[in-house]
Amino acid sequence: MRRSASRKTGQPNSTPSLNSSPADLFRSASSKATTKELERIDALYYSYANGSSAMIDPEGIEALCSDMEVDHTDVRILMLAWKMKAEKQGYFSLEEWRRGLKALRADTVNKLKKALPELEKEVKRPTNFVDFYSYAFRYCLTEEKQKSIDIESICELLDLVLGSQFREQVDFFVEYLKTQNDYKVINNDQWMGFYRFCNEISFPDFSNYDPELAWPLILDNFVEWMLAKQS
Amino acid sequence: MLRELVKRWAIYKVLGRWLSHFFSYLDRYFIAQGNLPRLNEVGLTCFRDLITKEREGEQVDRALLRNVLDIFVAIGMGQMDQYENDFEAAFLKDTVAYYSQKASIWILEDSCPDYMLKAEKCLRREKDGVSLYLHSSTEAKLLEKIQHEFLSVYVTQLLEKDNSQCHALVRDDKVEDLSRMSGLLFYLSKNKERFRLLFKIPRGIEPVSSLFKQYVTAEVTALVKQAEDAASNKKAEKKDMVGLQEQVFVRKVIELHEKYQAYVNDYHTFHKALKEAFEVFNKGVAGSSSAELLATFCDNILKKGSSWKLSDEDIEETLEKVVKLLDYISDKDLFAEFYRKKLAQRLLFDKSANDDHERSILTKIKRKCGGQFTSKMERMVTDLTLTRENQTSFEEYLSNNSHANPGIDLTVTVLTTGFWPSYKSFDLNLPPELVKCVKVFREFYQTKTKHRKLTWIYSLGTCNISGKFEPKTMELIVTTYQASALLLFNSSDRLSYSDIMTELNLTDNDIVRLLHSLSCAKYKILNKEPNTKTISPTDYFEFNSKFTDKMRRIKILLPPVDEKKKVIEDVDKDRLYAIDASIVRVMKSRKVLGHQQLVMECVEQLGHMFKPNLKAIKKRIDDLITRDYLERDKDNPNLFRYLA
Repeated sequence: MRRSASRKTGQPNSTPSLNSSPADLFRSASSKATTKELERIDALYYSYANGSSAMIDPEGIEALCSDMEVDHTDVRILMLAWKMKAEKQGYFSLEEWRRGLKALRADTVNKLKKALPELEKEVKRPTNFVDFYSYAFRYCLTEEKQKSIDIESICELLDLVLGSQFREQVDFFVEYLKTQNDYKVINNDQWMGFYRFCNEISFPDFSNYDPELAWPLILDNFVEWMLAKQS
Repeated sequence: MLRELVKRWAIYKVLGRWLSHFFSYLDRYFIAQGNLPRLNEVGLTCFRDLITKEREGEQVDRALLRNVLDIFVAIGMGQMDQYENDFEAAFLKDTVAYYSQKASIWILEDSCPDYMLKAEKCLRREKDGVSLYLHSSTEAKLLEKIQHEFLSVYVTQLLEKDNSQCHALVRDDKVEDLSRMSGLLFYLSKNKERFRLLFKIPRGIEPVSSLFKQYVTAEVTALVKQAEDAASNKKAEKKDMVGLQEQVFVRKVIELHEKYQAYVNDYHTFHKALKEAFEVFNKGVAGSSSAELLATFCDNILKKGSSWKLSDEDIEETLEKVVKLLDYISDKDLFAEFYRKKLAQRLLFDKSANDDHERSILTKIKRKCGGQFTSKMERMVTDLTLTRENQTSFEEYLSNNSHANPGIDLTVTVLTTGFWPSYKSFDLNLPPELVKCVKVFREFYQTKTKHRKLTWIYSLGTCNISGKFEPKTMELIVTTYQASALLLFNSSDRLSYSDIMTELNLTDNDIVRLLHSLSCAKYKILNKEPNTKTISPTDYFEFNSKFTDKMRRIKILLPPVDEKKKVIEDVDKDRLYAIDASIVRVMKSRKVLGHQQLVMECVEQLGHMFKPNLKAIKKRIDDLITRDYLERDKDNPNLFRYLA
């Protein structure tokens, strides 16, 4: 607040040109608007934040979701978290909130809700999607030093983030994960491997799959399982 | 045409007969005269014609030929000069010319197996011919010449033909042709000097070696199948009979191996072929891996009362051969574990027939697999020697400290942890008599060394106890477990299953096994209520005072727990660590490495112990990624980086 105030007062003095340019006027106007926007974003944050921890906690997130009329398990909420770069599952800090809402240019619940379809499009751009996919895994690591996620959560997560793009692959892989006994958890490498698999491997004939390559073993097993199932 | 042939044949016959008479006449009266060579030439010309005719398949009077030849030999008056100079040289020359011509035609016309078949036929026919009408000393020379014509001259061409045809042979399972080819191989390897050039041609010998490999593979496979069949037939009968079958199988494999090793000499390519051929053996028979079979085979030879009844030299020789087979075992670690287990049994239960043989085979294995491989086994043997010394000083200690003497003869075998297979040590509640023994030994051991901890493994102990049965007192040889159970009946007549279980502090499994051996097996030392064949937790037991047997000393067996599964599990666990260590070693030195190279280097590093499969390595890589030893390169998913 203070910085923008000082800039406002200092600006005329520091402008070397005599006729103050329209750009400057605009900048000062927009800066004013930004300040206002930030204030509104903060206000919105505190309307959901928990009084004692000053964080938006799971309860706050649920309240936000119901205000936006979006289910809290909706993939768009995960996208929102990605946009905020939220660290901890179920919580938004003020910094994260500001980062996300500013980028979305949303300072009211209504604007935020309207920004969601745009956000979805953004995430689905290939360059962003890998990042989002990888983020989704990290976001689920809730414990200190946790490196893998249990099969059940992985299945839900896969359905959530990849279900719309690779419906068949996800369905079969989830079925495989639920019937096998070799793995109880999935690590990040296996998680990322599956995405590469979906993108690169012809499905469901696996004609270009080569188990001699460095695919994580779980995918070799998955392909074996599929082929056995098909024959 | 036909008439002409018959006519000519008759003429030859007459001529031959005439010659025969003529020569006998000469033989008898004019042997000293110098006009022999001229006559010989005349005879020879006719004779050669005859033989050529026979080769072409015409019927010839063999007896006649034989007669003529006899004359030649007889002319020499016991000396072979005449025969050799006049006849044999010319005959051989003729033969060579004849077959050389044949071979040059056949090699162009026929396929390799056909050529070999024809060559073999010719050889056989000549051999028959020799025995029928030629002098036996000619045989070797003749065959050598023919072989040379057929094989040496055309070997390169033959091999070239091979290249295209051996696959068909194998595919069609033409074992006979294959065996003919391996004959060729044998010929080659016997005449290495002559074919030096061939061996220098790159890939020159490869077709033969691949053929050889396929041939041997077929033989090994047949043996395996035979053993499989035998095993499945015997399954219904006694279990140890299966064991015997498998022992026979190992013996046969050893013989087969000896046979083909003779062919191999020192050609690297053939060694490789032989090794690959014996891969089949690697898979084992009827659920037993070859590693286990070999270990059991060694055990059978080395233990007392071996079923083979071999002399010391035979044992040495057999051991040498078994160790040779180790080359073909890819699961050397599994062999080591089984061997160690069996060795432990031999040593601990005093079943080893001869210390020298034990050490000798270890030396042989060491030479083959390296010091690390046998170090534990050697230490086991040493442990036992130390134990004998220790026992002497323990007895001395007892005689010096008479108050400490527990009144029971006690022998303790002290084993070094880590060298021996791992045994479960349960807190069996010992009877007071035995507790005292343990205490005394502990005290004694304290005087020898301060910093060693003794763990007692009662499951390996044996006790000799006397049973005061009504008919007579008998000596029972039992395990410590069984003894502890029996001694409970000193103070009570009747005990329930659960009484015994709480008194002894053993698991259900052990108790059932134990009580079964005492009340349901061959010797019924305990009477069980109800009197059934199996043990249940509601049973009651009573000392059978009426028990007797015609022997005064009996051994009550406690069937051993099947340890095969545990051995395999242990080995599998060790392998995980071995693969982990290998991956980390490779990555530590290379920092960044492609997946395939990493796998290759691991297989190479571990190959001397076992053959890790791709899946196992991949699994370990996955695990090491989770544990942050490795990471996948961000741009190239087939590249791994080492994280220090």
